Amino acid sequence: MAEDVKTPAPPPPPEGEKKPTAEKPAAAAPVAPAKPAAPAAKPAAPAKPAGPVPMPWISPMVEKYRSQYGSGLDAQTYLGQNYLNVDRSLIPDILRLLRDEEQFDYCVDITAAHYPKREKQFDVIWILYSFPRNERVRVKTQIADGATIPSSVSIWPTANWLEREVYDMFGIAFDGHPDLKRILLPDGWKGFPLRKDYGILQQDNEWVRINLGIESGQ
Amino acid sequence: MNDRAKENKNDLSIHSLSNLDLEAPEKTYLDSNELILNMGPQHPATHGVLRVILKLDGEKVLGTECVIGYLHRGVEKIAENRTYSMFNPYVDRMDYVAAVSNGLGYCEAVEKLLNVEAPPRAKYIRVILTELNRIASHQLWLGTHALDIGAMTPLFYTFRDREEILKIFEKYCGARLTTHAFRIGGCQYETYAGFEKDVKNFLTFFAPKIDEYEALLTTNRIWLERTKNVGVISGADCIALGVTGPVLRASGVKWDLRKAQPYAAYSEFDFEIPTGENGDTYDRYMVRMIEMWQSMRIIEQAVNGLPEGPIMGKVPKVIKPPVGEIYHSIEAPKGELGYFIVSDGSTQPYRLRVRPPSFVNLQALDVMVRGMLVADVVAVIGTLDIVLGEVDR
Repeated sequence: MAEDVKTPAPPPPPEGEKKPTAEKPAAAAPVAPAKPAAPAAKPAAPAKPAGPVPMPWISPMVEKYRSQYGSGLDAQTYLGQNYLNVDRSLIPDILRLLRDEEQFDYCVDITAAHYPKREKQFDVIWILYSFPRNERVRVKTQIADGATIPSSVSIWPTANWLEREVYDMFGIAFDGHPDLKRILLPDGWKGFPLRKDYGILQQDNEWVRINLGIESGQ
Repeated sequence: MNDRAKENKNDLSIHSLSNLDLEAPEKTYLDSNELILNMGPQHPATHGVLRVILKLDGEKVLGTECVIGYLHRGVEKIAENRTYSMFNPYVDRMDYVAAVSNGLGYCEAVEKLLNVEAPPRAKYIRVILTELNRIASHQLWLGTHALDIGAMTPLFYTFRDREEILKIFEKYCGARLTTHAFRIGGCQYETYAGFEKDVKNFLTFFAPKIDEYEALLTTNRIWLERTKNVGVISGADCIALGVTGPVLRASGVKWDLRKAQPYAAYSEFDFEIPTGENGDTYDRYMVRMIEMWQSMRIIEQAVNGLPEGPIMGKVPKVIKPPVGEIYHSIEAPKGELGYFIVSDGSTQPYRLRVRPPSFVNLQALDVMVRGMLVADVVAVIGTLDIVLGEVDR
């Protein structure tokens, strides 16, 4: 059994993806005409892995804020984890309320994700935890490339470095941050590595071209 | 800005010193100016490649700025270009003295995303190895921390005893440090013949060793002078700064993810969460010493109750989690280690974020050393127990 998990590691992802899809129809073909019940079972099987879907998150806290802010706020729960999709304009208010009124006193993490095909390219995510309630919540908002977002350093001092890292990796600027500059990468770094359009080889290839005067061939 | 300040600024041109006020170094009663002192990145007391820029008045620290990133390897970018299983060994290279904990957090996060669970036997093996690793991590912390402060002997003692844990790791999975001990869905390896015996032997071997460490330090007058009331941080400050792990507990906040939100098999074991009162370096030392005892308690219970059964859950050959996001965190030896994974339904994570405890804890350094002496900076860096591989990722 243990070897089952070992096997997917060596082949590169495209191969691993193709193999099961290529084999399944071939194996299913001789079975399907023999039994009429088999095709009925087949569509049911792929539906299974779809598994859990985000459900609306219902709680008194959410109801309160929804009545206050209306459509700018959407609360969902997935695999037992709650998150709020919040309109960008509401961000400073919601974060402050979560800390002051809902006791989310510990900002676990601030991060982002890049979706280049979307109009608003970035998701900014706050992961919060409340010591008194022993509860986590995630706050998400979408912003466009080049747009700024209010800093939460005045709410949780820990946001200082976390926001700097988001800026470093995604180029998202935080308004009102006391010292917004790169943190992990050198100041002279070009581009923002965790954006999807930042290729992992471009830096190497460019260095080889400039310093060695040849094409790297990677 | 006077000339001297300008010169300083030029010297440090790679990273601007905007945090520190270089505009007006005023004369003090000692008739000396403020001094900017560069510590690291190559410095034995920074535990790796950490650069701290200190602003000093004589020996008193007025402010600090950490310059990090020297070990940045782009782990999060690598994750987006690897399958879930291929990325598994990479997490060991973050906190390389507690590689097993990193692997546990990652495997559990992906398991949550896949909605599968490791079988009980795998969970117990995970707990045993993770707690052994916690002891190993604390031993390395103790040895280097004491060495920084000037006590050389504990380093030899701790490294001698840590060897026994690394031997168990080596026998179990062939590696000593970057173990890659767990797989998504369980463990790859069944325990070797004599595993339980080795672990039990270690427990009997190690109990008197902790006493040995304590005999050297706990009531040692120099140790007390160097650690009592040094690097004090309050519980409220810890929470505001996101500091977790033994540092938070030493400040009196009784919070441990193993109890607060149990993962693996931790809910089945009986153990205490040690806390301190003063939030100083000595309390953090005591908390970690007691944590080693508690880890031994957990290991003993887990080894005695190790259930039979499979060690691998029902995980598909090709790991393709459904579209969704998950955050999962564990109590690593340094604090809360979290993984935030966004899946787009493919074989590779769309986005993988690591919430490293060392990175967040290091941010508290400035608060902890303000007003202290230069020598205390070394003590505080040691007591924070940072691993630069995890800070920079």
